[in-house]
Amino acid sequence: MSVIAPTPGRTAPASRPPRTSRRAGTGRLAAALLSPTLLVLALVIGYPVVAAVRLSFQVSTEGIDPHTGFVANTSHYGTGNYATVFTDDRLLRPWWNTTSFALASVTLEVLIGVSMALVMHRAFRGRALVRAAVLVPWAIPTAISGMLWKWIFNSQGVANDLLGTQILWSSEGFHAWLSVVVADTWKTAPFIGLLVLAGLQIIPGELYEAARVDGASAWRVFWRITLPLVRPALVVAVLFRLLDVLRMFDLPYVLVGPRKHSVETLSMIAFNEMTNLRFGSAAAYASVLFVYIAVVALAFVKLFGADLLGRGTRSES
Amino acid sequence: MLDDQPVKGEEATVSSLRMVFGVGQTPPGPGGARQRRRAAAAIAAMVCASLLAGCGDSGSGGSKGGPKKSNDRGPITLATGKDTTGTLQGQLDRWNKQHPSEKVTLVELPESADQQRQQFIQNAQTKSDAYTVLNLDPIWVAEFAANQWIDELPAKEFPLDKMIPAVVKTGDYFGKQYAIPFNTNAGLLFYRKDLLDKIGAEPPATWAEMKQDCAKVQQLPEGKGIDCYAGQFDKYEGLTVNFSEAVASAGGSVVDAKGKATVDTDAAKKGLQFLVDGFKDGTIPKQAATYEEEDGRRAFQAGKLLFHRQWPYQWTLANAKDGSSKVAGKFAVAPLPGLSGPGRSSLGGLDLAISKFAKNKATALDFIKFFSDEENARTNLKVTSAAPPYTDLYDDPALRKQFPYLDTLKQSLATATPRPVVVHYGDATAAIQESAAAALNGSKSVDDALADMQKNLSAAISEK
Repeated sequence: MSVIAPTPGRTAPASRPPRTSRRAGTGRLAAALLSPTLLVLALVIGYPVVAAVRLSFQVSTEGIDPHTGFVANTSHYGTGNYATVFTDDRLLRPWWNTTSFALASVTLEVLIGVSMALVMHRAFRGRALVRAAVLVPWAIPTAISGMLWKWIFNSQGVANDLLGTQILWSSEGFHAWLSVVVADTWKTAPFIGLLVLAGLQIIPGELYEAARVDGASAWRVFWRITLPLVRPALVVAVLFRLLDVLRMFDLPYVLVGPRKHSVETLSMIAFNEMTNLRFGSAAAYASVLFVYIAVVALAFVKLFGADLLGRGTRSES
Repeated sequence: MLDDQPVKGEEATVSSLRMVFGVGQTPPGPGGARQRRRAAAAIAAMVCASLLAGCGDSGSGGSKGGPKKSNDRGPITLATGKDTTGTLQGQLDRWNKQHPSEKVTLVELPESADQQRQQFIQNAQTKSDAYTVLNLDPIWVAEFAANQWIDELPAKEFPLDKMIPAVVKTGDYFGKQYAIPFNTNAGLLFYRKDLLDKIGAEPPATWAEMKQDCAKVQQLPEGKGIDCYAGQFDKYEGLTVNFSEAVASAGGSVVDAKGKATVDTDAAKKGLQFLVDGFKDGTIPKQAATYEEEDGRRAFQAGKLLFHRQWPYQWTLANAKDGSSKVAGKFAVAPLPGLSGPGRSSLGGLDLAISKFAKNKATALDFIKFFSDEENARTNLKVTSAAPPYTDLYDDPALRKQFPYLDTLKQSLATATPRPVVVHYGDATAAIQESAAAALNGSKSVDDALADMQKNLSAAISEK
């Protein structure tokens, strides 16, 4: 994969106007320079995606030889896996779980994360300590925090003690769903907090001074200065969180358990299919999830104008 | 070599990520080529890592898918779940000392059974020779044998007649022995001997007797507020075990000898009804619906349970005198109770098998003989309290003195039933858990739950 960068001497035919030829040359140079990146991306992202989509169309039928007991496999290509996915009554519930987790926990995380950022932005004694402390939940691996919360939400655990209740959190029902939202919010609100804090720090102090001179209330300052200026950072943070929650797997899996319908997400269904060696149908579920996430992300970018590609920061000549 | 592979893979991922981001930011100059080369190396490493044991194995060139009687000898590996007892390496060292040219390397897999199964399957699907001897949960034997991931073993060369028949059967698929028992396990009824003595009762043999004993104990001042019975009823493998035991204890079976689902029978109904009624009338406390082994153990050790269905490991822990257990010295064990007589336990344990894709299978066979022999089983019992498959160890006076529950465990094992032998065990256990959980939490009637279970279990058994 040794790609040789074209020498500057290689230019377009002389018959063309020089301006265009220089542009074409630059374009080709750019393409050549980018090609290693593209090749790596194609290998580590493109190929797996294509392979997964291909696999999702592979319909396998399996029989057991009545004499030896051995499995005999045959497979062909078709849309059978997708037909199963969309006719299966297992699709709707996990889809709703996935979506409702995203809506509920991202909303909570934004509220808490923004408040965290505002607090961390203040100058006070021990600020560094607070900033570090806030990051601890984010630094803990999800599976571990899932275990921590599993203990908290145990039938004989702290949650029941503090609330004075006897709720069986890991049994089916709204409480199981709630326990996942709580744990997820605890874990990832600091992420939003941190990104928003970064956004807050680039807001020039003069704006606040001017607002103070004009006699604006704290609420008005937040609403008219802080929020609009921190918006680009916030939108990117929310987008990342949305994409993350929509493919959530580890937290409900560890905290509540597999095949609990109140918290089962689309990733968990795909995983379950895979562990039972139905790779085609697992790939079909994963592809459906992939498309769903892509659509949500696209809609979000269109709605809130997340500036992912950096178009707004550099003016085009 | 195996141990550092995950690290290698991680490094590769990181450096390729760095590469992806790096190129976007810095203009590719002379460093670009180096980075590109690094990326190539990173990708190569990743591909290697993802192919598992592909890189640089120094095994001898064995025959691929060779004959059953292999004469290949040389170094092998033992792939087993995480060794929580810390005693495995010592046993391997003994073998390695005697067989310097046929050393066994321990490959520790994760502690969770599901993750072990995944790694075994991954290994089989890439036809890798990284794992030679597999330490399998008995419920996987059918799946692995049916997919021809493990070799048939010469049953005659093993002292199977000295082992408990039900335990030997766990290594059997379609009448052929694919795995040799390494250890076994069965459920016991732990009961509060101090409280039963107060009401002058013997441990119960039937569910009805158990309920009567509970009622009497709950009248005692010491027994006020004590819960009657618990097992493992959270929706996981433990529920399959407990449901199967209830059905077997009522005289039924989950899957019959011909491999057909039989949970639509009257006996199965009575078994499930016992559990459902237990939750309804308070014999089983409500929170037991979320109990796994350790939750129940905590309740029993806190003195909150009169009867507890549990594996033998609880014996040592609940007898701890360090204050962690309030019931130390106050309990005893009995065989599980049943509908109209003693009940029947499900079988646990581990079986040893040889991967089809392994090299040096002759060594592997010898190693299994060594590893599963009576002497090793005795040591394992002494050191790790793992139940041995050999019958006569249960009658050994010295061992009985150390583990007073051995006699009861022997009785429990003698009548124990293997969990359903199904190639798609994952789907079968899911079908069982799904319906059993629905019946226990009252969202389905016993009849409906069993009808659904019969349908889904049959589908899992004859899966296309």
